[in-house]
Amino acid sequence: MLPMNRRRFLATTAALSAAPLLGRVSPAFAASLTAGFVYVGPRDDYGYNQSHAEGAAAIRDMAGLTIIEEENVAESDAVVKTMESMIQLDGAGLIFPTSFGYYNPFVVDTAKAYEDVQFRHCGGLWTDKDPKNAGSYFGYIGTAQYICGIIAGHMTKSKRLGFVAAKPIPQVLLNINAYTLGARSVDPEITTQVIFTGDWAMPVKEAEAVNALVDQGADVLTCHVDSPKVFVQTAAGRGAYVTGYHTSQAPLAPEKYLTGAEWHWATVYKMFAEKALAGEELPNFVRGGLAEDFVKISDYGPAVTEEAKKQADAVKAEVMKGGFAVIKGPLKDNKGNDVVAAGNEYPETAIELESMDYLVEGVIGSTS
Amino acid sequence: MNEDLGLWAVPIAVLGGMLRVSTPFLFVSLGECVTEKSGRINLGLEGTLVFGAMAGYGGSYLTGNPWAGVLLAGIAGTLFGLLHAALCSLPRVNDIAVGIALMILGSGLAFFFGKPLIQPAAPMLPGLSLGGWSDVPQLRSALEVSPLLLIGVVIAVFLLFVFKRTRIGLILRMVGDSADAARAMGYPIIPVRITATAFGGFMAGIAGAYLSLYYPGSWNENISSGQGLIAVALVIFARWNPLACLGAALIFGGAGALGPALQSVGVTSGYYLFYAAPYILTLAILFATSSPRRALEGAPRELSITK
Repeated sequence: MLPMNRRRFLATTAALSAAPLLGRVSPAFAASLTAGFVYVGPRDDYGYNQSHAEGAAAIRDMAGLTIIEEENVAESDAVVKTMESMIQLDGAGLIFPTSFGYYNPFVVDTAKAYEDVQFRHCGGLWTDKDPKNAGSYFGYIGTAQYICGIIAGHMTKSKRLGFVAAKPIPQVLLNINAYTLGARSVDPEITTQVIFTGDWAMPVKEAEAVNALVDQGADVLTCHVDSPKVFVQTAAGRGAYVTGYHTSQAPLAPEKYLTGAEWHWATVYKMFAEKALAGEELPNFVRGGLAEDFVKISDYGPAVTEEAKKQADAVKAEVMKGGFAVIKGPLKDNKGNDVVAAGNEYPETAIELESMDYLVEGVIGSTS
Repeated sequence: MNEDLGLWAVPIAVLGGMLRVSTPFLFVSLGECVTEKSGRINLGLEGTLVFGAMAGYGGSYLTGNPWAGVLLAGIAGTLFGLLHAALCSLPRVNDIAVGIALMILGSGLAFFFGKPLIQPAAPMLPGLSLGGWSDVPQLRSALEVSPLLLIGVVIAVFLLFVFKRTRIGLILRMVGDSADAARAMGYPIIPVRITATAFGGFMAGIAGAYLSLYYPGSWNENISSGQGLIAVALVIFARWNPLACLGAALIFGGAGALGPALQSVGVTSGYYLFYAAPYILTLAILFATSSPRRALEGAPRELSITK
């Protein structure tokens, strides 16, 4: 139970007395469902939040389903208020808090307080100790970054790639490593220069990072920040090629956009919504990659050569068969230590990848 | 295409960052300098900046002329300034509280009206190339400056002249230093303060237009990472001197470019420390220049924080 304080008591009382007025009193009724989406930033940011909003838009027209959304919700007590208002005022029976930092303690506590509401959090943090009405889903986007790296490896003339990253956490490091390994599978002389900006949305710093990378000779750039809009525009403005992230940024730089690693949440949301409407139990732990259509690769831009497309498509076909491993031994990190022994393979589903704390050989950068 | 410059890349990047990043700091701090000289603090300039960014982008998108966007941003900023000034002219209203309220109002209105503007692309302000004499492409791109920066430098010099050498400047300083003296001399206090605050809003609006129309040159809800607030603090740091505001803005712009530039040449560890460089520098300078005897030199005496 959440601690009862005066504010929560007032909010609850007000909500309860308002609920009959709205005429929506049975959130758990199976044939009609209200699903709430909570975003940490603006939902049309050309980035992470937009990828989720596109997933929500894809199920908007399902019969019996009502979609409610709230954006710019901070990873703090604010998300609890948002979720409670979705449950009490809008009668939401299924809630998708989409930002990583929402999970603990906010989603966990709210799930304990509202046992007949289902919570599915994006980020893959659920364990069997957590409430059964909570759960998590995530996509293996590292493999998609590997394929983008292959394209980048074909397109670079200077043999230097640039990567603008937010923070050195395992998911980001995996993307940087996969991208670099993809490029080095084309030409082992290629290096990736990484710049960490320190936070998920720092437009001025991201633009400065792009300028610094281009000044150092990088001619294909990618990023892992929440909203790649400024990144793509600045890089294209400086004449560099870009590969995108989260969603397609092709409209921002039609000539310079090569390809990109995109989320495809519509698959996940459709599955959850169909099960919930049919009254079936929702899975607690859902993951998938390219083969499961959880992530996808942007359509190739006009500049991509035939040779690059051919190799990327061949690798993609391999990935679709399942079991493909980007991270496999022998593999050294960029300090010369052996991180994966010869013969070891970690396919995208491997749990070891979720504690990645190194940058592979060929990456210029440091994790701290 | 690009030559390898080695460590020379760092000073060039810092120079480039100085010229690219400092303009919003400069405009907001010059405007706030005038406002504070009249005896008021407007903390709401962060909200004005964000609204100016939205208005500038919208104006440029709708008219097709980025300078029309700049003008619109200036007008919107002036209106916010007038609102702050009018509210603070009522009896027993605290200017700091009103400023914080307007900061939230400005951002909220900007997000509300700016929703449909995130996706479309507006025409950008042109840049001036001052690096044509150099063969180094990195230096050429660092010396690509916005005309707004040059206008800002001219305004800084002009304001210094106005404060020191003109009657208007004298009245402004008198209103800010001693309302009683100004009243005794028969000068209108409230109209002077309203004008000064409106000018501060105008400048903050222009600063916002620079963010959305030149660098980084896009409108979204995260466009300002607190530049408006930092610029208000810069005024105190610069001791209410417009030329010092220019210096402070350049230092902050250049220091912000240090982190990415060092990482790009391979100095990869400790980047969080480099990102803190501007603030460490501020502390060091404040520490070095302060003393119990002359700590508030130059501070307008009517300012609510010094009264």
